[in-house]
Order: sequence, then structure tokens, then C-alpha cells
Amino acid sequence: MILDLIPSTIRMTTPIGYAAIGGIYSERSGIINLALEGIMLMGAYGYVIGAHASGSAWIGVSVGIGLGILISLLHAVATITFHAEQIVTGIAINLLALGITEYLIPTTERVPGLPDIGIPFIGSYSILVLLLPILMIVSHVYLYYTPWGLRLRAAGESTEALKTLSLSRAKWQYVGVLLSGIFAGIGGCFLVSDVHHFTKGIIGGRGYEALAAVIFGNWRPFYGVAACLLFGFASSLDIVDVLNIPDQLIKSLPHILTIVVLAGLVGRSRPPNALGKMNS
Amino acid sequence: MLILRGQNAFEFYRTIYISGFSSFDEFGNVLFNATPLIFTGLAVAIGYKAGLFNIGCEGQLYVAAFTAALVGIHLNLPSFLLIPFCISVAMVAGAIWGGIPGLLKAKFGAHEVINTIMMNFIALALTNFLVTSIYKEADQMIPHTSQIHDTAWFPRLSGVIWFLPESNYLNISFLIACICVLFSYILLQHTRWGYELRLVGNAPEVAEYGGINPRVVTVWVMALSGAIAGLAGVADVMGYRYRFADSFSSGWGFTGIAVALLGRNHPFGVFAAAILFGLLNKVALDIELFMNVPRGLFLVGQGILIIWLVCQEGITERFKT
Repeated sequence: MILDLIPSTIRMTTPIGYAAIGGIYSERSGIINLALEGIMLMGAYGYVIGAHASGSAWIGVSVGIGLGILISLLHAVATITFHAEQIVTGIAINLLALGITEYLIPTTERVPGLPDIGIPFIGSYSILVLLLPILMIVSHVYLYYTPWGLRLRAAGESTEALKTLSLSRAKWQYVGVLLSGIFAGIGGCFLVSDVHHFTKGIIGGRGYEALAAVIFGNWRPFYGVAACLLFGFASSLDIVDVLNIPDQLIKSLPHILTIVVLAGLVGRSRPPNALGKMNS
Repeated sequence: MLILRGQNAFEFYRTIYISGFSSFDEFGNVLFNATPLIFTGLAVAIGYKAGLFNIGCEGQLYVAAFTAALVGIHLNLPSFLLIPFCISVAMVAGAIWGGIPGLLKAKFGAHEVINTIMMNFIALALTNFLVTSIYKEADQMIPHTSQIHDTAWFPRLSGVIWFLPESNYLNISFLIACICVLFSYILLQHTRWGYELRLVGNAPEVAEYGGINPRVVTVWVMALSGAIAGLAGVADVMGYRYRFADSFSSGWGFTGIAVALLGRNHPFGVFAAAILFGLLNKVALDIELFMNVPRGLFLVGQGILIIWLVCQEGITERFKT
């Protein structure tokens, strides 16, 4: 019975895992990204359009990532160039993405999925599932062991640090936000490629959940994805009906945990210093 | 956007006119549509004035709506007792739901945005659980509770205003919304609490120096904001559906952010903005019905409007220098 949970947990974890890594890039560069939900939606939407038009899942992924970048660019321009309120912009982008996908509803026909790759003992999964741990490690190395990662983090830690090195803070923030567009876009692509068709509520709050995982994981890729694993596990518990606990309650568990962690009752979660702050 | 779908723009404007202003009936329904948005817009605006983001209106209004429905189902009192009682209990529920993130912020410095979002999810899950298991009325497509006693129904204004047809949905929740607007205005501009609230929002250090405890202000502002947001749920339960239905709100909590921004966080501005959005909302429904344009257009417009509003200052600054 417990073994049944593994495939479901993995499928639940993957989309929020990508979005969470994306969120980490954005927030590490100092930009609050509430738009993850909308970016994921655009990613899913792009996948359906691309895959349906071309018949190729890879073109679907490319279009999905493209739309993810496009909508995150909007967030970047508004918040970095025009110093717009980051939280409000993020929510507006979510509304916008919802509106676009509702107005120009893509095909409801079945679209091709991504190729599966078998892993011994636990079954075969989409290639994006396997890519997640690799990209998680790459992100960790990038953020903590390369000069570019250091600059991106410096943008989030202080409004002045990069200026004193005559580097552009805005440039690294653009990098952070656009990376979040790529990753959250992939997360959206995975969701559609997994079920093969697009529905209106396909993201279903996963973007916000990813954001919670970012905080839960202390803005670090490893912990962030680990938090997603926990959330993914919690949301797949309803298939086994444990102890007759209503599944709405189990599904709220990640949210309650996030509140508890945020209150500093379990461990400490420390955001980047200059998160949400703009130079005047 | 419309031309994209090859439709007639003129037809579109004509529909706006017909569905908004062609009769008192239509205009009454515009005001009816605006009512929940006045509440959520005010809730966001009051929080914003104190430097707090209440993204949790959606959750607060669900909890309040459910509470109102519960009281309305179980108590059978005469109207003049039951209606105020329902409203106040529901407001308390909304206040608690909003107050928790406020308290967490005051006590632990936890950011209210994330917490209100989490509280939204929890509220939705909680009410969904209650309405699908304990309070479900049998064999319904959309789970909902049984009807509240008719003594808890908000009287419709068509009984007082003779030129409104009886079928018009406009009810006293609109008057309550007007009272809330006035109340917020007086609170913000003419009382010591309003002064403290604005000071905490504008200059927390100064406020602290002046002997105001920003933590205390944070808690009561969030609670007040939650209580007002809760009234949006009350308006639906007691003024329209007369029961709690699962996922009844069409994103009022989030539209409230747009309303507050457009209204510059001023109570009267919020009132005007809510009516504009009420009109747009109704138009969106009508064009979906008559012209087969999906509601998504309304959301797109709303998203673009909000982004434009928050960028405005930055854009003018950039092109001035």
C-alpha cells in the first residue's frame, strides 16, 4: 500500500519542484515572485499549443518555456524597471494568465506526452522527472559555487553591494526572474504532458504551494525540493485513505506546516535580506 | 482582443450600454454585483493603509459565509434579531481568520502575505470538507448546505424602491456596504485609531516613537480587514443564495486588490471602483451569454489594469528624467 504512494508522490512533486527552484532564483535575486502560479499556467498552455500544432512533445516544451519566459518578463519589467509593487504585480499576472487561457482556450484534444524512462524498482517516469534532481544539483552549484550565482544572491542580499562593484543589480534580477519563468514554465509543461490534455484549473494552486516550499526550504534548492517532496507526499495520501482522515485536512497539511515554519516555531527560515526592496 | 476573434466591437459597446444602464433593473443588478467588491476592496484598502497586504479576503469571506449559513440554518429567530446576529457572528469569524496572520506577524514577524495565502487554502479546504461531508444536502452537483431560515434573508430593496422590479437582486447588503464605506472613511480620517493606522503604514518608526505599538495596530487592522472581507461572503449567503455553496466566490478577494488599487485605497475611491468593476463583471457575464465571448477577457483586462496602475508611477518617473 505504501509502495502505491511512490509514483503518485513523484508525479505530485515534480511540477512544484520545478516551480520552487524557479521561485528560489527569483527570490534569491530579491524579487518576490507570486506569479509562479500564472507562469506555470502559461507553461502548461504553451505546451498544449505547441504539442498540438506540431505533434511533438519537445516543441510543446519549448513553447511552454517560451511563454513562461514571456510572462515572467512582464513581471520583471514591471517590478525591476518600473519598481512596481511586487506582490500586487504577481497577483495581477496570475489573473492575466488565467484570463488569457480562459479567453483563448486551447484544444481539449489529447496531446502527446514526453517519453518515459524506466528506473529499476520504482517504475518508469517522464524524462522531466529525472531531470529535476539534476537541475536541482546544477542550481545549487550555480548559486553557491560560481561567481554568477554569487552575484545573483548579492542582488537579493543588499541593494548596494553590486553597485559598489559597478555591476548592475537590475541585470541580475532580470536573470533571476527569467530563470523562474523557465523553471515554472517547465513545471507547467510537466503537468499537461502527464495528463495529456489541458483543463482550466490544471495548476490548482500549485504555484502558491511552490512558493510555500521555497520558504519552507529556506530559499535553498535542496531543501526547497525536499519540501516539495513532503508536499507531494501529503497530496498523494488521499489515494490510500489513511485512518479515515478527510483528505481536505491532509491536503491542508502543507499549508498549516508553512504557517508554523514561518512563525519560527520549527527551525528558522530566513529570507534574503533585500527581498522585495528596491533601490530608490 | 475582440478583433482577434473576429467579432464586432460596436456590438460589444452596445452590450455594455444595454447590460449596464438601459433600465433601473439592469443598474440595480450592477450595484448588486458591486456589493461584494465594495467589501473586499475596503478590506484590502484598510490593510494597505497600515502597510499590510491582505491577500486573504477570499478565505475570510468563505469562513464568514459558512458561519453565517450555520447560524441561519440552526437558529430560528425573528428577523430583527437573527440578521444582526448572523452578521456579527460571521464578522467575528472573518476577523479571526484575518487576525491570525496579523497576530503571527506581530508576534513572530511572519510575513502576512504568505500566511493569508495559506489561510485561503485552509479556509477553502475546511469549508469544502464541511459542505461535502457534514452539511451536504443530498444529490447535488455543486455541494451546498440546506437553506437558511427565511427570517435570515436580507430584504430586497425592490420592496422599498418602487421602480425596481421584484426580481431585482439588489438587497440591503448594498446599504451595509455603503455604511462600511462611510465607517471606514470616518475611521481613517477622523479618529485616533485611523491616525495610528496611517502612521504605522507610513512611518512605523515614527509611530513607535510616538508611543504607538505597531504590533497591536497590525493585529486589529488585520482583524478588521478580515471582518469586512467576511461581509462579502455574508452578502452572498444572506442576500442571494440563502445557503452556503461550495466555491461560490468568483475570486472577489482577488478582485478586491484591483478595486482597492484603482480606488487609490480611499474608501470613496473604492466605492466608485467597485461599481465600475461590478459593471464590467455584469457586462462580462452578458457578453458571454449574448456574444459568446468568454469571461477570460474580463480577467485579462483586470490583470493589465492592475499592472498598469502599479507601474504608473515608475513609468512617469522614468520618462520625466
